[in-house]
Amino acid sequence: MTHVALHNIVKRFKQVTALNDVSFLIADGEFFVLLGPTGAGKTTTLRIIAGLEKQDAGSVSFDGEPVDGLMPADRDVAFVFQQYSLYPTMSVYDNLAFPLRSPLRKLPEADIRRRVEQVAELLRIHHLLDRKTARLSGGEMQRVTIGRALVRQPRLFLMDEPLSNLDAKLREALRVELQHLQKSRTSTTLFVTHDQIEALTLADRIGVLDQGRLIQVGTPTDIYDRPVTTFVAQLVGTPRINLLPAVRDDGTLHVKDSSLKLPVPAQAALPAEFLLGVRPEDVRPGSGGEFTGRLALTEPLGAETILHIRSGEQTLLSIVPGIAPFRLGDEICFTIQRDRLHFFDQAGVRLPS
Amino acid sequence: MASQNISVPKTPINYSIRVDKVGVRARIIRAVRIAAISVVAVIMLIPIAWMSMTAFKSRPDAVAVPPKVSFEPTLEGFVSLIAKTRQLTTEQIAEYEKNPDLNWADRIMLRRGQAIIGVSEYPRRFLNSLIIAGVSTVFSVSLGLLSAYSFSRFSIPGAGDLLFFILSTRMLPPVVVTIPVFLMYRAVGLYDTHIGMIILYTVFNLSFSVWLLKGFLDEIPREYEEAALVDGYTRLQAFRKIVLPQAVTGIAATTVFCLIFAWNEYAFALMLTGDVARTAPPSIPSALGTGGIEWARIAAGSMGFLIPVVIVTFALRKYLLRGVTFGAIRK
Ligand SMILES: Nc1ncnc2c1ncn2[C@@H]1O[C@H](COP(=O)(O)OP(=O)(O)OP(=O)(O)O)[C@@H](O)[C@H]1O
Ligand SMILES: [Mg+2]
Repeated sequence: MTHVALHNIVKRFKQVTALNDVSFLIADGEFFVLLGPTGAGKTTTLRIIAGLEKQDAGSVSFDGEPVDGLMPADRDVAFVFQQYSLYPTMSVYDNLAFPLRSPLRKLPEADIRRRVEQVAELLRIHHLLDRKTARLSGGEMQRVTIGRALVRQPRLFLMDEPLSNLDAKLREALRVELQHLQKSRTSTTLFVTHDQIEALTLADRIGVLDQGRLIQVGTPTDIYDRPVTTFVAQLVGTPRINLLPAVRDDGTLHVKDSSLKLPVPAQAALPAEFLLGVRPEDVRPGSGGEFTGRLALTEPLGAETILHIRSGEQTLLSIVPGIAPFRLGDEICFTIQRDRLHFFDQAGVRLPS
Repeated sequence: MASQNISVPKTPINYSIRVDKVGVRARIIRAVRIAAISVVAVIMLIPIAWMSMTAFKSRPDAVAVPPKVSFEPTLEGFVSLIAKTRQLTTEQIAEYEKNPDLNWADRIMLRRGQAIIGVSEYPRRFLNSLIIAGVSTVFSVSLGLLSAYSFSRFSIPGAGDLLFFILSTRMLPPVVVTIPVFLMYRAVGLYDTHIGMIILYTVFNLSFSVWLLKGFLDEIPREYEEAALVDGYTRLQAFRKIVLPQAVTGIAATTVFCLIFAWNEYAFALMLTGDVARTAPPSIPSALGTGGIEWARIAAGSMGFLIPVVIVTFALRKYLLRGVTFGAIRK
């Protein structure tokens, strides 16, 4: 397939700057996920790569060749849109066959039939082929939309939140399916989502986008374990990371409005005031823990339980396996995993530690 | 509603038990509705029915007081509409009656003491109407569609002002501009030509068709075309394969509106045509006749005049039902 490069892309719409100097590379065969909240510029990025929107500055290249001058049809990408893209006047079969019938390809109808049926089999929509698209359920539509991208072997797949309209179960099934497909076909894929779980499970690498800026690019582990800003730290991981305002006092670190104290890690160069980040799984309740707090709330989720532990004025979230045997109001002892602390300055930028 | 007294049937019911079909109340409401619609329909249709009847009446029947509802139908009105006739004297009539090769139309007219001496103006004017209204409608809808598509999809500098300008061409009523247009047309040799009338009606309808079609096209999400663009189609191919099929309702509605305008237009046609390109509307008053009002002939002419619009509207009714709601019932 193809490797893709974005160089310093800028895109403005009247007042909004949708993309502000965005650059990244997608390797050949890589599953790259763009993760960001709504309005971050994810769709805009895909549209610029597909050629549906012209960037104000910067350039896009496929395999080292700039494609900025090419029409969408000539870029040979497949696009799964966020909404509305099954042609309502055509049957499911015709929708799937549509990209193959393009005058650019000139495939014989028999080949088209074979490929459409193959994809329909794969996505389990074979029984829908003769139906009109207007009366399909959301999940069926989404699968047909994905199918329309899969019938071709494009240089690049662009998928704009393709799983967002599905119920949890179907979403999970399709997620696994997509991952499997992508790996077996080694097709370069740029996948957009605002769902961090999707990002973490699917991605070879993740790019985090916020308000038109690419904040961090890295493997799911990089993003989760070494978020470069509090924004990224809060974006990935459920429940959210605990961010506690803290002050340094010689060798000790005090969490404000609480009795939590930790020794400052030797190698860390911390300012006087900063933010301490602790992932919920690194807050571990257990007898003999060095800190105590009061259990303010529990959220049993079955496989695990989220505990809200009050310490002074601060609340720490903790996640423990199974149904926790605690009662509201209990005094709880807990430890904090020292080697997994995150430090951010007042502006939210990661401090070396 | 009636959940208290539902009785459970002993055997399974395998026919429809929808309440709105069999409930007494539902049936009464339905009957009332049908009755009300019928009354309205009758009131609306009486003039047309009366006109159709008059078209088949003989001259004395048409002016009879009290009006005759049952009469002997005759094609007199139609024949006198299409044929040019001459009044005969009594001797001439007697002479004519001996003529062996008289056809049925001749006989009908002879009963009124008239001889057919040629074809009247009406068929030619009717044909003019068909040509001018038909061609101008095709032009205004197709040009309107292209420009509406551009306004809807591309960012055109000053689009709002341009659209307003296009609309403003429609703001003056025809009568106000006929004189200047007449002078201009006479200067460039477009007076009393088919082309002149086609251009005029096309331009006049264009503003309307651009606005109407733009509304319909705006309703079609652009993602459809964009998907086609990415799938390997050009803009024009995407327009033909994706946009057109979805815009049929809008196109049908616009076609009917443009056609009705061009077909019915009177003021321009009266001023800007003489004989060659004269359309039907300005010729109906001239069918009033010389000696006494020829009601049957007028009715026949009006009926013929109604038919093309009825045919087109009927042919497009499937699209119109959705189209005239201006895209409001898209889901
Ligand atoms: N055609 C447009 N005209 C004006 N502003 C636009 C246009 N397209 C996008 N924007 C703006 O650009 C910004 C980024 O939009 P974009 O659609 O890329 O966000 P997104 O990350 O895909 O969000 P979501 O998750 O909601 O789909 C938003 O502020 C949006 O309002
Ligand atoms: Mg989006």
